Amino acid sequence: MGYKAKFRIWRGEGGEGKLEDFVVEVNEGEVVLDVIHRLQATQTPDLAVRWNCKAGKCGSCSMEINGKPRLGCMTRMSTFEEEETITVTPMRTFPVIKDLVTDVSFNYQKAREIPSFTPPEGVKPGEYRMQQIDVERSQEFRKCIECFMCNNVCHVIRDHEENKAAFAGPRFLMRIAELDMHPYDVADRKDSAQEEHGLGYCNITKCCTEVCPEHIKITDNALIPMKERVVDRKYDPLVWLGNKIFKRTGSSGSTPSKTA
Amino acid sequence: MTQTTAGRPTNDPAQRKQRAQIKARTLRTDRWWLAPAITFAALASFLVYGLWAIFDKSYFVEPYIAPFSSPCLATSCPEGARFLGLAPFGDWWTLPPGILILGLPAGFRLTCYYYRKGYYRAFWLSPPACAVAEPHKKYTGETRLPLIMQNIHRYFFYGAVLIALVLTWDAVLALRDENGNWGHVGLGTIILWINVVLIWAYTLSCHSCRHITAGRLNHFSKHPLRYKMWTFVSKLNSRHMLLAWLSMYSVMIADLYVRLVAKGIVNFPFA
Repeated sequence: MGYKAKFRIWRGEGGEGKLEDFVVEVNEGEVVLDVIHRLQATQTPDLAVRWNCKAGKCGSCSMEINGKPRLGCMTRMSTFEEEETITVTPMRTFPVIKDLVTDVSFNYQKAREIPSFTPPEGVKPGEYRMQQIDVERSQEFRKCIECFMCNNVCHVIRDHEENKAAFAGPRFLMRIAELDMHPYDVADRKDSAQEEHGLGYCNITKCCTEVCPEHIKITDNALIPMKERVVDRKYDPLVWLGNKIFKRTGSSGSTPSKTA
Repeated sequence: MTQTTAGRPTNDPAQRKQRAQIKARTLRTDRWWLAPAITFAALASFLVYGLWAIFDKSYFVEPYIAPFSSPCLATSCPEGARFLGLAPFGDWWTLPPGILILGLPAGFRLTCYYYRKGYYRAFWLSPPACAVAEPHKKYTGETRLPLIMQNIHRYFFYGAVLIALVLTWDAVLALRDENGNWGHVGLGTIILWINVVLIWAYTLSCHSCRHITAGRLNHFSKHPLRYKMWTFVSKLNSRHMLLAWLSMYSVMIADLYVRLVAKGIVNFPFA
């Protein structure tokens, strides 16, 4: 059965704007994005919203629904009371282009700052030999759809714009962890994670994990293991001493080769 | 290709620099304050109890010793309470003996990755809940002193393993009666054993333990035994929060129970 829902939606360009009220029809089985599209079709043809797959896999329709970062296409209207006013705003951490559409280029900039996968010298593509158990840990991180809700909700940059230069955000610290755990990656990522990408800013309050639509355990499986790897490198005197005595060059096991 | 329907976005980069100027601290409509409030109350009650317990002198009654005061390492400890009969700190230590070892379990929990989340949210409001603005004007996280010291968590983990071993020994000794005969099982014995199992589960579920077993390796296939340990610890680690709370309350209940028996407040036959 359909009903009339009350919506409050942020309207405006370049940060300036206000919440506008709407009453719009809602039908059974619909999601928030469906309702926004109905608003466009019937009342506000100039309402801007970014979307694509409507299946929770493209990461385009990230927005804040009743203050929580959510995908519009995965937020069922049946989770709200019929008399409830639903507030929809753009992601708060990123600049607004128009209405619900934000400029997420901060994330692309941070992605470019991370050195790409670096195999050992002499090993060519096609020569990599890895066992499943060696790669399945980092495969979890490959589920990321880059909705950037983790970076949006992270208070390090959400509440402190000035930290944006020094902090890559959970999405890209997870990328660093993914590469650092890769059996064939030989780039040194521990020092740079701490010094250049701001891992130390993370105080593991787990909001990134809470909002991830792919249910990736970002904090437990990427950020904390990466923090522990940094401790090996920078803060653990026993590991340092062990590396000196046994002349170890790294802390992640043997160096990969063609026969790894 | 991603679509941006309706409205024509501005092409002026200057206009793109501002985030939405929303004045409200949060637009969340759920009871986001409930979880940090409960955490605050629970952790505060533990701190208050711990402060009382550490100065309370009724920490030993054959065959039980209160976990907050174990191992008892000073001459001021009753003879039966001394760990392995030793008193390495001698008689110069006149403060409550529990203070001598307090640092290890306290430091382990204080630097624990779960408790950090708990108290950063509940006590420091950084942030109080997800998508709720924190009140602080500046934030440097764990990049500088004093919070950079959180990185020594693994050393407290080693200390916590020692404390868990001591508590296990205490639970074994609780299988004797007050005359030293083995085979005794009182309510205190059961409480101490439940506590020690939860303490071990919490200690081994630690993120540092997970890293030490094999998390630091990139080639699990070359270290099958360590990989098995890592898999086991990872399963425990997924319940680290639950185990943190359960073990915190179990140690508090076990400690209180022993003190009540020692004070004679609990004095039924199977105590």
